[in-house]
Amino acid sequence: MNELKRHGKAIKVYKGEDKVLSSLEEAIDKAGVKDGMTISFHHHFREGDYTLNMVMEAIAKKGIKDIKIASSSLGKIHEPLIEHIKKGVVTEINTSGLRGKLAEFISKGGLEKPITIRSHGGRARAIEAGEIKIDVAFLAVPSTDAMGNASGIGANTKCGSLGYAIVDARYADTVVLLTDDLKPYPNMPASIRQQEVDYIVKLDKIGDPEGISADATRFTKNPKELKIAENAAKVIRALPYFKDQFSFQTGSGGASLAVTRFLKDFMKEDGIKASFILGGISQPIAEILEEGLTDHLFDTQTFDAYAIESFRKNPNHHEISVSEYANPWSMGSIASQLDYVILSALEIDRDFNVNVMTGSDGIIMGASGGHSDTAASAKVTVIVAPLYRGRIATVVDKVTSVITPGKDVDVLVTERGIAVNPARKDILAILEKTNLPVVSIDALADAALKIVGKPDPIEFTDRVVANIEYRDGSIIDVIHQSKA
Amino acid sequence: MQLNKPATSGTMDSCDISIRIENNAGTENEVFLSSIVEKQYGKQIVALIHEILKKHQIEGVTVNAVDRGALDCTIKARLESAIYRGLEKEHALDWSVIDHE
Repeated sequence: MNELKRHGKAIKVYKGEDKVLSSLEEAIDKAGVKDGMTISFHHHFREGDYTLNMVMEAIAKKGIKDIKIASSSLGKIHEPLIEHIKKGVVTEINTSGLRGKLAEFISKGGLEKPITIRSHGGRARAIEAGEIKIDVAFLAVPSTDAMGNASGIGANTKCGSLGYAIVDARYADTVVLLTDDLKPYPNMPASIRQQEVDYIVKLDKIGDPEGISADATRFTKNPKELKIAENAAKVIRALPYFKDQFSFQTGSGGASLAVTRFLKDFMKEDGIKASFILGGISQPIAEILEEGLTDHLFDTQTFDAYAIESFRKNPNHHEISVSEYANPWSMGSIASQLDYVILSALEIDRDFNVNVMTGSDGIIMGASGGHSDTAASAKVTVIVAPLYRGRIATVVDKVTSVITPGKDVDVLVTERGIAVNPARKDILAILEKTNLPVVSIDALADAALKIVGKPDPIEFTDRVVANIEYRDGSIIDVIHQSKA
Repeated sequence: MQLNKPATSGTMDSCDISIRIENNAGTENEVFLSSIVEKQYGKQIVALIHEILKKHQIEGVTVNAVDRGALDCTIKARLESAIYRGLEKEHALDWSVIDHE
């Protein structure tokens, strides 16, 4: 590994030409998109993204085939990719997440070549190391000037941080920005800078603001989730890392977000402040900054309107690239400085392995995200999850797919008790002295099984439809084709 | 024994099951299930429904069930409600048969 150098993007020289092009078609021609190329997208627009579908439709119309898509993630809105796969326009997919009909299509074997699922840090690592060589990045940006100084704040759309896109802009050979707000020069402060940008296309609409950010992040009222969240916050408080200038990240699930509320109260009661909070930033986290309970926020992805406003106006709400966030092949990501991370799980097994990717029916339905990155990096990794959801057990004998290995998970908090990874004797010793309900993970798995009943095994074929990369590039698990 | 009238119970809420039960032309019981946990629990749910019908000596009915992830205890309770409504005995439950062990 010490022989490796960062992958370099093609050097080009600006000769005064106009970067602003009149159409996507012209951009595809000028960028030289051709058969077999790898093109990339970011997912800051979440379910409100119009651009990936528009670009792929334009590419398909030109008769280009065998495109390899490297998106930071994919959502339900990207269902039209199914048609492009069927017609051979798209033959390879690299992503963190996959949802909806596209996920079902791929789970059932619709794409010949297995997709590659990477964590956010793992994707940044793969791009920088040249494992993913991006030929052309098509990056939706809420605003840019005619040279390519682009920002996550625009007149029509706002997404805050452009943390995923920054990496693509830096490493792609050709960068095409797509915007619906062309600003006078210079458009500052800018997340993506002009030296990295080849072309700019002004479109009528690049996204749906409602799909990009929720109006407000509401705290859960679900009593089960609140109980889990309160106990998770108590676990954090009981451990010695909870002291002035500590740091944490909370995931975006209902219970893990609610941990923030309880934690904030404990911080006030104990008179302690955080040095930084990392994320995925949403309103409850932005409020902690505004109340002076943390010195800094590090933000790769801004979730809601309140957090976007905080990103715009608060000088200590910092934008970071996803490489700074969690790239394991660097001299220290910000995740490496985390004390606590609180994460959710679709499934967690007796060995503390966590699945956030595949439903217990064998169909892909989630995202790897920063789960394994932060779990590996933080001093204490707390998983918050109900014992079961509906009839589906969360604490199981064996997870359907491994995203985060059990060695990186320290504590599981459920509504029926708290289990500590036996490898963390230090944590167990401390929690056993509290009045928190500490039990073994086997007791939790047994209790879940008793309530929901033993499920029939899910049937898979031998064919692999997805390779799950761990953050260091090794294959931690594969997903097999689901039998219809 | 068949029912006096068709009957329903349950809701389409998450973690519940919606059941409709009515007489059919034969002497066998038929169960049609659609479930969000079909792959993992479909066979078990159908078997449970047959078992409860048998316990209440119901023969020649058709059960249409739409399951939204109900636990076994919920399925039993909903089906028994539907059976007693169909028998018009909802105010005269036979507690010696309804035993939730």
